[in-house]
Amino acid sequence: METKKFTIGELIKGYKNKSVSPREVLDYVFNNIKLYQPKINSFITLMEEYAYKSVESLSFDEIDSKPLWGIPVAIKDNMCVKGFKTTCSSKILEPFTPIYTATAVQRLIDAGAIVVGKTNLDEFAMGSSTENSAFFTTSNPWDMDRVPGGSSGGSASAVSARFVPLATGSDTGGSIRQPASFCGVVGFKPTYGTVSRYGLVAFASSLDQIGPFATKVKDVEAAFSVISGKDDMDSTSHPYKFSPVDKNIKEYKIGIIKELYETEGFDPEVLNSLKDVIKLLKEEGLKVDFCSLPHLEYSLPVYYLVATSEASSNLARFDGVRYGLRVEGKDIIETFLQTRGRGFGSEVKRRIMLGTYALSSGYYDAYYLKASKVRTLIVNDFEKAFEDYDCLICPTSPTTAFKKGDKTNDPLSMYLSDIATIPVNLAGLPGISIPIGLDKKGLPIGLQIIGKPFKDNDILNFASKIESIINFEAEPSLLGGR
Amino acid sequence: MDNDVVIGLEIHAQLKTNTKMFCGCRTSFGDKPNSNVCPVCMALPGSLPVANKKAVTYTVMSGLALNCTISRYSKFDRKQYFYPDMPKNYQISQYDLPFCRNGYLEFFCEDEPKKIRIHRIHLEEDTGKLMHTGDIMESEQSMVDYNRAGTPLMEIVTEPDISSPKEARLFMFELRNLLRYLGVSDGNMEEGSMRCDANISLKNPDGTLGTKVEIKNMNSLKSLEKALEFEIKRQSNVIKSGGIIIQETRHFDERDGTTHSLRTKEEAHDYRYFPEPDLLPVVITDEEVVSISCNLPELPLKKYFRFIEEFDISKNDASTLVSDLKLANFFDECVRCKCSPKEAVKWILGDLSYFWNEKKIEPDSKIFTPSHLKEILDLIDEKVISIRQAKEVIEKVFEMNESPRSIIEKLGIKQISDEGFLIDTAKRIVEGNPKAVRDFLNGKKNAVGFLVGQLMRETKGKASPEISNKIINEILNDLKSKEQ
Repeated sequence: METKKFTIGELIKGYKNKSVSPREVLDYVFNNIKLYQPKINSFITLMEEYAYKSVESLSFDEIDSKPLWGIPVAIKDNMCVKGFKTTCSSKILEPFTPIYTATAVQRLIDAGAIVVGKTNLDEFAMGSSTENSAFFTTSNPWDMDRVPGGSSGGSASAVSARFVPLATGSDTGGSIRQPASFCGVVGFKPTYGTVSRYGLVAFASSLDQIGPFATKVKDVEAAFSVISGKDDMDSTSHPYKFSPVDKNIKEYKIGIIKELYETEGFDPEVLNSLKDVIKLLKEEGLKVDFCSLPHLEYSLPVYYLVATSEASSNLARFDGVRYGLRVEGKDIIETFLQTRGRGFGSEVKRRIMLGTYALSSGYYDAYYLKASKVRTLIVNDFEKAFEDYDCLICPTSPTTAFKKGDKTNDPLSMYLSDIATIPVNLAGLPGISIPIGLDKKGLPIGLQIIGKPFKDNDILNFASKIESIINFEAEPSLLGGR
Repeated sequence: MDNDVVIGLEIHAQLKTNTKMFCGCRTSFGDKPNSNVCPVCMALPGSLPVANKKAVTYTVMSGLALNCTISRYSKFDRKQYFYPDMPKNYQISQYDLPFCRNGYLEFFCEDEPKKIRIHRIHLEEDTGKLMHTGDIMESEQSMVDYNRAGTPLMEIVTEPDISSPKEARLFMFELRNLLRYLGVSDGNMEEGSMRCDANISLKNPDGTLGTKVEIKNMNSLKSLEKALEFEIKRQSNVIKSGGIIIQETRHFDERDGTTHSLRTKEEAHDYRYFPEPDLLPVVITDEEVVSISCNLPELPLKKYFRFIEEFDISKNDASTLVSDLKLANFFDECVRCKCSPKEAVKWILGDLSYFWNEKKIEPDSKIFTPSHLKEILDLIDEKVISIRQAKEVIEKVFEMNESPRSIIEKLGIKQISDEGFLIDTAKRIVEGNPKAVRDFLNGKKNAVGFLVGQLMRETKGKASPEISNKIINEILNDLKSKEQ
């Protein structure tokens, strides 16, 4: 199979004209995984037997009613799939097997998608390189010495390596878009509330959002149309109904976020690539201007107070009493301490401690409350910008993929990797990263497009239009061998 | 002494919803451990809470019945501490924006009207239950039953308006009754569906408030009163002997009626409250408040006054009826069946209550109905049965579960009102009891009673007491006039 044809659209076309069967595609998928997984390590759990069984139960009659009929999909290992380990890349959940399936995953399955495995991530989605996995690190298919980004590095690399045409990720501060950028694929974080979080192991409830990875915007859109919509199991889910738009790209007014342009820490090659895009857009006749989000500079501190506060609470349930790892102590307190002490990795512990501190009596007002207020200011900044623009653009990440180990001892520099994606989560907006070029090292560069709340269809349309103008065709070199 | 005591209560009442506060699991007492659980109430990874609307409505109902201001905008918060009976290691509760604030409960405390202010009412979830093998301190292992985890729990906090242990007990009684009237809680303290913590302090000689002490684990109205009485004595003794009261939480021991220290203020938790991000804030509209308010049932105090005004029954009787909604409803229904209110009260609080208690049957069970009482009152009026027989018929209704008329038919319980027959029998009895007749003629009036008794015995109790009395008197007076 040609890797270029390994998209949802092409696969469905092949299924319909019977030039290929879902079974043959699964053979291709698992064959590739067997060849390259040892190097790339995208997957924590492979579900080969289950996948073949699922394919058996597909009925050709349903190919028109099920938009993802026979499409292999990889699931980030922080989303529950009934009967299969869901580890969150943490020792504390290593022995845990969920008894139910996450809503978003169930919707994919109901639409005909075939789950082939669970992908690696930074422990509890806390990290930007997938190096915080308690099990192993994942490689970037473009350069095995480099990280795939994170936290959804397993899913991004799996799509980048063409193991699967579709994968799910979760994005709390950039965990879909940043790895998509590093791996040269499309990653979409929808508006907060459009996709149910039920069955997604919570990191920071007010920021977490599930979204898809694919190689093309159309594929991401296909998956989003399936997984979005109200879920009675998630009170924060919105009665959103996706309907595609097909607007001429000229109708879009584009704002370049000044604070994320020619700023310290942004790689000139990344910015040059953005400049090329701006030039292209202007040539197309679009109105492109600079816009300012004055409170954006506080995004990182706000995020690391809000997200860690919520995380400290969300992760309290992992105590060894009901499920997961249990390290027996002489009494219950000792058991809590031992279980959590051995079960959590150092980044998770750092964030639990930060969050616990921020919520503590006497500090709450100065940290959590203040952060919540500044968060509102950031939301207002975006609202104001969207009075004048339909979409905002910026680099997805200040740099391309960095080397493994480069930032593991410097959490702050790791956190800066998400400086452009975090504000979008704070405001609950839709954001997408699409590949726009390669740097001199041959590493992909991502463009982030940010849209108005619940105008996901608008930015998907815009992203799709830019995608065809830029026509990014590069693939990781390892695929040349296929 | 009483005037020097300041008491405030914190009451937890489980709400009588079919399902739990944040999931679809059943709320029921006494099921097999860990049978009413799901991913949400077991806090499995990835599960999310969805608020039970009925529980919110019940809380608003309670707030309205307690004259509270209902918040138009409320939210849930997380109260965080580690404990194995709490699956998430935080409890979803409400911190700064409870559903209800600033209300009061009015009731009579020994005929004196009393008003206790309500500080706030909020909604939260109950925890699971820990069970220890053997003694709690030396237990080798503990087991957790999560059936109760996630049961809707309403917390009612009073202002420190209560001035004696007795008043505390009466307040709790009235509050429990109110919640039962609303149908929002069973209010069963023994089973734990209603729990109460008390804050108590003694006033300093200069009138300022002393240090308050919190008391927990009072599982009945009686133990609430006992615990507070003990605590007053303990605190006064401490002060008398020159000591100072420390701010602490004390545990009431049912067995010996004492309290002992559980933890001091220094050991108090930092609950790290913050807004629950998994739930949206709750907006309650004016229309919703009006609609809930219009659908409130008649509340005890109103019923009490209605009973007195409409039916002219005594304050005592009205108060007894109103103290139990089922009793009050039974009475109302009897009046609707055209029973005389005064007669109905007499029977309800007399024989009927006796049998309900003895047979452990609720007044609303269909065994003895208001129309049964109406039948019995009619039968008495029609002189078909005597009062004494009525009591017998009531007992039979409870035993046989049939209507009074069919019982008197079947068992032949009917009073004999046939005067001819009764006169013949009475004459025979008078002839057979010359001593009693002599006594009567010598002015001993109780001889009449004796002879009536004999007549009743002869007729196996069926003679109409009224007629029997009349006949015996007539015969004796006859003899008396002949003698003269």
